[in-house]
Amino acid sequence: MPRPRAVLIWIAVATALLVPFGFAVSSPLLQWRDPVYIGSGIAGVMAMGLLLMQPLLVGGYLPGFKGISGRRLHRGVGALLVGLVIIHVAGLWMTSPPDVIDALLFMSPTPFSIWGVIAMWAVFAAALIGALRHRMGQRLRLWRVLHTSFVSIIAIGTALHVLQIDGTMEPISKALLTALVLGVLMRVIFDRRIWVHFPLVRRK
Amino acid sequence: MTISSLTRRSVVTTAAAALFTTGSGLLVPARAKGLAPTPTMRGGSNNYRPGAPIVARIGGGGFWMTGTVRRAEDGAPLEGQRIQIWAHTTEGHERDWHSHGATLTDANGEFRLEMPQIVPAFGQAHGHLAYDGDAFKTVFLRPVMGSSRDTSLRADFVLQPV
Repeated sequence: MPRPRAVLIWIAVATALLVPFGFAVSSPLLQWRDPVYIGSGIAGVMAMGLLLMQPLLVGGYLPGFKGISGRRLHRGVGALLVGLVIIHVAGLWMTSPPDVIDALLFMSPTPFSIWGVIAMWAVFAAALIGALRHRMGQRLRLWRVLHTSFVSIIAIGTALHVLQIDGTMEPISKALLTALVLGVLMRVIFDRRIWVHFPLVRRK
Repeated sequence: MTISSLTRRSVVTTAAAALFTTGSGLLVPARAKGLAPTPTMRGGSNNYRPGAPIVARIGGGGFWMTGTVRRAEDGAPLEGQRIQIWAHTTEGHERDWHSHGATLTDANGEFRLEMPQIVPAFGQAHGHLAYDGDAFKTVFLRPVMGSSRDTSLRADFVLQPV
Protein backbone atom coordinates (compact mmCIF):
# COMPACT_ATOMS: atom_id res chain seq x y z
CA MET A 1 0.00 0.00 0.00
CA PRO A 2 1.33 3.45 -0.86
CA ARG A 3 2.48 5.36 2.15
CA PRO A 4 0.18 8.41 1.87
CA ARG A 5 -2.88 6.12 1.73
CA ALA A 6 -1.70 4.22 4.82
CA VAL A 7 -1.18 7.48 6.69
CA LEU A 8 -4.63 8.71 5.68
CA ILE A 9 -6.28 5.49 6.93
CA TRP A 10 -4.57 5.78 10.29
CA ILE A 11 -5.50 9.47 10.58
CA ALA A 12 -9.14 8.58 9.83
CA VAL A 13 -9.15 5.81 12.45
CA ALA A 14 -7.48 8.03 15.05
CA THR A 15 -10.02 10.79 14.35
CA ALA A 16 -12.94 8.37 14.64
CA LEU A 17 -11.67 7.27 18.04
CA LEU A 18 -10.28 10.49 19.52
CA VAL A 19 -13.05 12.96 18.64
CA PRO A 20 -15.83 11.17 20.60
CA PHE A 21 -13.34 10.42 23.38
CA GLY A 22 -12.29 14.09 23.55
CA PHE A 23 -15.89 15.24 23.81
CA ALA A 24 -16.61 12.67 26.54
CA VAL A 25 -13.65 13.59 28.73
CA SER A 26 -14.55 17.29 28.50
CA SER A 27 -18.25 16.76 29.30
CA PRO A 28 -19.73 19.25 31.77
CA LEU A 29 -21.34 16.33 33.61
CA LEU A 30 -17.92 15.26 34.89
CA GLN A 31 -17.73 18.19 37.35
CA TRP A 32 -20.58 16.62 39.34
CA ARG A 33 -19.19 13.07 39.45
CA ASP A 34 -16.62 11.45 41.71
CA PRO A 35 -13.47 9.82 40.26
CA VAL A 36 -14.87 6.27 40.39
CA TYR A 37 -17.96 7.22 38.37
CA ILE A 38 -15.82 9.23 35.91
CA GLY A 39 -13.39 6.33 35.44
CA SER A 40 -16.25 3.92 34.94
CA GLY A 41 -17.76 6.10 32.20
CA ILE A 42 -14.41 6.58 30.46
CA ALA A 43 -13.83 2.81 30.51
CA GLY A 44 -17.17 2.43 28.73
CA VAL A 45 -16.29 5.04 26.11
CA MET A 46 -12.90 3.39 25.50
CA ALA A 47 -14.52 -0.03 25.21
CA MET A 48 -16.82 1.35 22.53
CA GLY A 49 -13.81 2.67 20.64
CA LEU A 50 -12.25 -0.79 20.74
CA LEU A 51 -15.41 -2.16 19.10
CA LEU A 52 -14.36 -0.18 16.04
CA MET A 53 -10.77 -1.51 16.18
CA GLN A 54 -11.76 -5.18 16.34
CA PRO A 55 -13.33 -5.65 12.88
CA LEU A 56 -10.67 -3.35 11.36
CA LEU A 57 -7.90 -5.54 12.79
CA VAL A 58 -9.39 -8.92 11.98
CA GLY A 59 -10.44 -7.81 8.51
CA GLY A 60 -6.90 -6.69 7.71
CA TYR A 61 -7.99 -3.15 6.89
CA LEU A 62 -5.29 -1.42 8.93
CA PRO A 63 -1.94 -0.74 7.27
CA GLY A 64 0.83 -2.46 9.24
CA PHE A 65 -1.59 -4.96 10.76
CA LYS A 66 -2.61 -7.28 7.95
CA GLY A 67 -2.94 -11.02 8.32
CA ILE A 68 -1.41 -12.67 11.35
CA SER A 69 -0.21 -9.47 13.05
CA GLY A 70 -3.71 -7.99 12.81
CA ARG A 71 -5.26 -11.11 14.29
CA ARG A 72 -2.71 -11.22 17.09
CA LEU A 73 -3.50 -7.62 18.02
CA HIS A 74 -7.23 -8.46 17.68
CA ARG A 75 -6.77 -10.99 20.51
CA GLY A 76 -4.93 -8.49 22.70
CA VAL A 77 -7.55 -5.80 22.08
CA GLY A 78 -10.26 -8.38 22.86
CA ALA A 79 -8.68 -9.06 26.25
CA LEU A 80 -8.44 -5.32 26.90
CA LEU A 81 -12.12 -4.97 25.96
CA VAL A 82 -13.11 -7.59 28.54
CA GLY A 83 -11.10 -5.70 31.17
CA LEU A 84 -12.69 -2.35 30.30
CA VAL A 85 -16.22 -3.80 30.45
CA ILE A 86 -15.45 -5.19 33.92
CA ILE A 87 -14.08 -1.80 35.07
CA HIS A 88 -17.17 -0.07 33.59
CA VAL A 89 -19.63 -2.30 35.46
CA ALA A 90 -17.60 -2.43 38.71
CA GLY A 91 -17.31 1.38 38.77
CA LEU A 92 -21.05 1.79 38.23
CA TRP A 93 -21.66 -0.77 40.99
CA MET A 94 -19.56 1.26 43.43
CA THR A 95 -21.38 4.44 42.38
CA SER A 96 -24.90 3.09 42.80
CA PRO A 97 -25.18 -0.60 43.74
CA PRO A 98 -28.99 -0.94 43.47
CA ASP A 99 -29.06 0.47 39.93
CA VAL A 100 -26.46 -2.07 38.75
CA ILE A 101 -28.18 -4.96 40.53
CA ASP A 102 -31.45 -3.98 38.77
CA ALA A 103 -29.64 -3.93 35.43
CA LEU A 104 -27.90 -7.28 35.94
CA LEU A 105 -31.24 -8.86 36.92
CA PHE A 106 -32.93 -7.32 33.84
CA MET A 107 -35.24 -5.34 36.16
CA SER A 108 -33.93 -1.88 35.35
CA PRO A 109 -36.41 0.94 34.54
CA THR A 110 -34.09 2.04 31.72
CA PRO A 111 -34.01 -0.17 28.59
CA PHE A 112 -30.45 0.93 27.75
CA SER A 113 -29.14 -0.75 30.91
CA ILE A 114 -30.62 -4.04 29.78
CA TRP A 115 -29.01 -3.71 26.33
CA GLY A 116 -25.71 -2.94 28.07
CA VAL A 117 -25.95 -6.11 30.13
CA ILE A 118 -26.80 -8.16 27.02
CA ALA A 119 -23.77 -6.68 25.25
CA MET A 120 -21.61 -7.41 28.34
CA TRP A 121 -22.50 -11.13 28.32
CA ALA A 122 -21.92 -11.23 24.56
CA VAL A 123 -18.43 -9.70 25.10
CA PHE A 124 -17.63 -12.43 27.63
CA ALA A 125 -19.03 -15.14 25.33
CA ALA A 126 -17.17 -13.87 22.25
CA ALA A 127 -13.91 -13.62 24.23
CA LEU A 128 -14.38 -17.06 25.79
CA ILE A 129 -14.87 -18.84 22.50
CA GLY A 130 -12.07 -16.69 21.09
CA ALA A 131 -9.79 -18.20 23.72
CA LEU A 132 -11.09 -21.70 22.94
CA ARG A 133 -10.60 -21.46 19.17
CA HIS A 134 -7.81 -24.01 19.01
CA ARG A 135 -10.03 -26.55 20.78
CA MET A 136 -12.59 -26.40 18.01
CA GLY A 137 -10.37 -28.60 15.82
CA GLN A 138 -11.66 -28.80 12.27
CA ARG A 139 -14.86 -26.89 12.95
CA LEU A 140 -13.41 -23.45 12.27
CA ARG A 141 -16.36 -22.35 10.12
CA LEU A 142 -18.75 -23.16 12.95
CA TRP A 143 -16.40 -21.31 15.31
CA ARG A 144 -16.43 -18.26 13.07
CA VAL A 145 -20.22 -18.20 12.80
CA LEU A 146 -20.48 -18.43 16.61
CA HIS A 147 -17.91 -15.69 17.22
CA THR A 148 -19.54 -13.45 14.61
CA SER A 149 -22.98 -14.03 16.13
CA PHE A 150 -21.81 -12.93 19.57
CA VAL A 151 -19.98 -9.97 18.06
CA SER A 152 -23.14 -8.90 16.23
CA ILE A 153 -25.04 -9.00 19.53
CA ILE A 154 -22.26 -6.87 21.06
CA ALA A 155 -22.47 -4.26 18.29
CA ILE A 156 -26.27 -4.02 18.20
CA GLY A 157 -26.60 -4.18 22.00
CA THR A 158 -23.95 -1.48 22.42
CA ALA A 159 -25.63 0.73 19.81
CA LEU A 160 -28.97 0.50 21.65
CA HIS A 161 -27.12 1.01 24.96
CA VAL A 162 -25.22 4.17 24.07
CA LEU A 163 -27.73 5.94 21.82
CA GLN A 164 -30.42 6.10 24.53
CA ILE A 165 -28.06 7.34 27.24
CA ASP A 166 -27.97 10.96 28.32
CA GLY A 167 -24.38 10.88 29.47
CA THR A 168 -20.89 12.23 28.93
CA MET A 169 -20.67 11.37 25.21
CA GLU A 170 -21.66 14.16 22.82
CA PRO A 171 -24.71 13.01 20.80
CA ILE A 172 -23.51 13.56 17.21
CA SER A 173 -20.00 12.11 17.64
CA LYS A 174 -21.59 9.23 19.56
CA ALA A 175 -24.05 8.50 16.73
CA LEU A 176 -21.26 8.65 14.12
CA LEU A 177 -19.03 6.27 16.10
CA THR A 178 -22.00 3.90 16.52
CA ALA A 179 -22.65 3.97 12.76
CA LEU A 180 -18.96 3.27 12.08
CA VAL A 181 -18.88 0.32 14.49
CA LEU A 182 -21.95 -1.23 12.82
CA GLY A 183 -20.74 -0.36 9.31
CA VAL A 184 -17.24 -1.80 9.66
CA LEU A 185 -18.62 -4.96 11.28
CA MET A 186 -21.04 -5.45 8.37
CA ARG A 187 -18.20 -4.83 5.93
CA VAL A 188 -16.00 -7.53 7.43
CA ILE A 189 -18.93 -9.97 7.61
CA PHE A 190 -19.57 -9.42 3.88
CA ASP A 191 -15.88 -9.46 2.91
CA ARG A 192 -15.25 -12.71 4.75
CA ARG A 193 -18.55 -14.21 3.53
CA ILE A 194 -19.20 -15.61 7.00
CA TRP A 195 -22.50 -17.21 5.99
CA VAL A 196 -21.52 -19.08 2.81
CA HIS A 197 -20.06 -22.22 4.30
CA PHE A 198 -23.25 -23.85 5.54
CA PRO A 199 -23.61 -26.65 6.53
CA LEU A 200 -21.69 -25.48 9.53
CA VAL A 201 -19.82 -28.69 10.23
CA ARG A 202 -17.29 -29.77 7.65
CA ARG A 203 -18.34 -32.77 5.56
CA LYS A 204 -16.26 -35.93 5.72
CA MET B 1 -72.12 -25.57 9.96
CA THR B 2 -70.68 -25.78 13.44
CA ILE B 3 -70.93 -28.85 15.55
CA SER B 4 -71.46 -28.24 19.23
CA SER B 5 -69.49 -30.92 21.00
CA LEU B 6 -69.68 -31.19 24.73
CA THR B 7 -66.71 -33.44 25.43
CA ARG B 8 -65.34 -34.29 28.83
CA ARG B 9 -62.27 -32.20 28.07
CA SER B 10 -64.23 -29.05 27.22
CA VAL B 11 -66.39 -29.41 30.32
CA VAL B 12 -63.36 -29.83 32.57
CA THR B 13 -61.39 -26.93 31.05
CA THR B 14 -64.39 -24.58 31.09
CA ALA B 15 -65.12 -25.42 34.69
CA ALA B 16 -61.48 -24.96 35.65
CA ALA B 17 -61.28 -21.61 33.84
CA ALA B 18 -64.50 -20.40 35.47
CA LEU B 19 -63.29 -21.48 38.87
CA PHE B 20 -59.94 -19.74 38.32
CA THR B 21 -61.36 -16.39 37.16
CA THR B 22 -63.98 -16.15 39.89
CA GLY B 23 -61.86 -17.61 42.65
CA SER B 24 -58.60 -15.75 41.94
CA GLY B 25 -60.04 -12.25 42.28
CA LEU B 26 -59.54 -11.40 38.60
CA LEU B 27 -63.21 -10.43 38.43
CA VAL B 28 -63.81 -7.35 40.55
CA PRO B 29 -66.89 -5.14 40.52
CA ALA B 30 -66.49 -1.97 38.42
CA ARG B 31 -65.87 1.11 40.52
CA ALA B 32 -67.16 4.17 38.75
CA LYS B 33 -65.24 7.05 40.35
CA GLY B 34 -62.45 5.13 42.11
CA LEU B 35 -59.07 6.85 41.83
CA ALA B 36 -56.47 4.11 41.40
CA PRO B 37 -53.43 4.17 43.72
CA THR B 38 -50.08 5.12 42.17
CA PRO B 39 -47.93 2.02 41.64
CA THR B 40 -44.30 2.02 42.72
CA MET B 41 -42.00 2.61 39.74
CA ARG B 42 -39.14 0.28 38.82
CA GLY B 43 -35.92 1.42 40.45
CA GLY B 44 -37.83 4.00 42.49
CA SER B 45 -36.43 2.85 45.82
CA ASN B 46 -32.79 2.80 44.70
CA ASN B 47 -30.53 4.65 47.16
CA TYR B 48 -33.49 5.37 49.48
CA ARG B 49 -32.37 6.39 53.00
CA PRO B 50 -34.94 5.50 55.67
CA GLY B 51 -35.48 8.35 58.11
CA ALA B 52 -33.98 11.18 56.06
CA PRO B 53 -34.79 14.36 58.05
CA ILE B 54 -37.38 16.99 57.18
CA VAL B 55 -35.49 19.98 55.77
CA ALA B 56 -36.38 23.50 54.63
CA ARG B 57 -34.23 22.95 51.53
CA ILE B 58 -31.77 20.33 50.25
CA GLY B 59 -28.35 21.95 49.86
CA GLY B 60 -28.13 25.24 48.00
CA GLY B 61 -31.39 24.88 46.09
CA GLY B 62 -32.28 26.27 42.67
CA PHE B 63 -34.42 23.36 41.53
CA TRP B 64 -37.99 22.57 42.61
CA MET B 65 -39.52 19.17 43.22
CA THR B 66 -43.31 19.51 43.44
CA GLY B 67 -46.38 17.32 43.56
CA THR B 68 -49.54 16.30 45.31
CA VAL B 69 -50.57 13.52 47.66
CA ARG B 70 -54.16 12.26 47.47
CA ARG B 71 -56.14 9.35 48.82
CA ALA B 72 -57.15 6.50 46.53
CA GLU B 73 -60.85 6.10 45.65
CA ASP B 74 -62.13 9.58 46.58
CA GLY B 75 -59.04 11.65 45.67
CA ALA B 76 -59.11 13.63 48.91
CA PRO B 77 -55.93 15.70 49.46
CA LEU B 78 -53.81 14.34 52.28
CA GLU B 79 -52.23 16.85 54.65
CA GLY B 80 -49.09 16.30 56.70
CA GLN B 81 -47.77 13.35 54.67
CA ARG B 82 -44.01 12.96 54.71
CA ILE B 83 -42.34 12.64 51.28
CA GLN B 84 -38.62 11.85 50.95
CA ILE B 85 -36.86 13.31 47.92
CA TRP B 86 -33.40 12.53 46.52
CA ALA B 87 -31.45 12.64 43.25
CA HIS B 88 -28.01 12.97 41.68
CA THR B 89 -27.51 16.74 41.68
CA THR B 90 -24.81 19.32 41.17
CA GLU B 91 -24.02 18.86 44.87
CA GLY B 92 -23.77 15.10 45.22
CA HIS B 93 -24.45 11.52 44.22
CA GLU B 94 -27.75 9.79 44.91
CA ARG B 95 -26.17 7.64 47.59
CA ASP B 96 -24.92 10.66 49.60
CA TRP B 97 -26.87 11.50 52.74
CA HIS B 98 -26.79 15.22 51.93
CA SER B 99 -28.62 14.55 48.64
CA HIS B 100 -31.67 13.42 50.65
CA GLY B 101 -34.37 15.40 52.41
CA ALA B 102 -38.02 15.11 53.37
CA THR B 103 -40.95 17.51 53.41
CA LEU B 104 -44.61 17.51 54.50
CA THR B 105 -47.72 18.13 52.41
CA ASP B 106 -49.90 21.19 53.13
CA ALA B 107 -53.69 21.34 53.60
CA ASN B 108 -54.19 20.98 49.83
CA GLY B 109 -52.06 17.82 49.78
CA GLU B 110 -49.30 19.68 47.92
CA PHE B 111 -45.58 19.50 48.58
CA ARG B 112 -42.76 21.63 47.25
CA LEU B 113 -39.09 21.22 48.15
CA GLU B 114 -36.15 23.20 46.83
CA MET B 115 -33.02 21.21 46.04
CA PRO B 116 -29.86 21.49 43.90
CA GLN B 117 -30.17 21.14 40.11
CA ILE B 118 -30.70 17.50 39.07
CA VAL B 119 -28.11 16.37 36.50
CA PRO B 120 -28.16 13.22 34.34
CA ALA B 121 -26.82 10.14 36.11
CA PHE B 122 -27.01 6.52 35.05
CA GLY B 123 -28.16 7.70 31.65
CA GLN B 124 -31.17 9.83 32.61
CA ALA B 125 -31.88 13.06 34.46
CA HIS B 126 -34.30 11.71 37.05
CA GLY B 127 -35.45 12.17 40.62
CA HIS B 128 -36.64 9.85 43.36
CA LEU B 129 -39.54 10.28 45.79
CA ALA B 130 -40.82 8.05 48.55
CA TYR B 131 -43.91 7.90 50.70
CA ASP B 132 -43.10 5.62 53.61
CA GLY B 133 -45.49 6.54 56.41
CA ASP B 134 -47.64 4.19 58.48
CA ALA B 135 -51.16 5.11 57.35
CA PHE B 136 -50.80 4.21 53.68
CA LYS B 137 -48.99 1.62 51.59
CA THR B 138 -45.39 2.56 50.71
CA VAL B 139 -44.85 4.06 47.23
CA PHE B 140 -41.56 4.86 45.47
CA LEU B 141 -41.51 7.07 42.35
CA ARG B 142 -38.76 7.74 39.80
CA PRO B 143 -39.87 10.58 37.49
CA VAL B 144 -37.67 11.40 34.48
CA MET B 145 -37.08 14.98 33.35
CA GLY B 146 -38.20 15.88 29.83
CA SER B 147 -34.96 17.80 29.39
CA SER B 148 -31.86 17.84 31.58
CA ARG B 149 -32.13 21.67 31.49
CA ASP B 150 -35.48 21.65 33.30
CA THR B 151 -35.40 23.40 36.68
CA SER B 152 -38.38 21.61 38.19
CA LEU B 153 -39.90 18.15 38.29
CA ARG B 154 -43.35 17.00 39.34
CA ALA B 155 -44.57 13.73 40.82
CA ASP B 156 -48.03 12.96 42.17
CA PHE B 157 -48.98 10.31 44.69
CA VAL B 158 -52.31 8.55 45.10
CA LEU B 159 -52.03 6.49 48.28
CA GLN B 160 -53.94 3.43 49.36
CA PRO B 161 -54.82 3.09 53.07
CA VAL B 162 -53.08 0.13 54.71
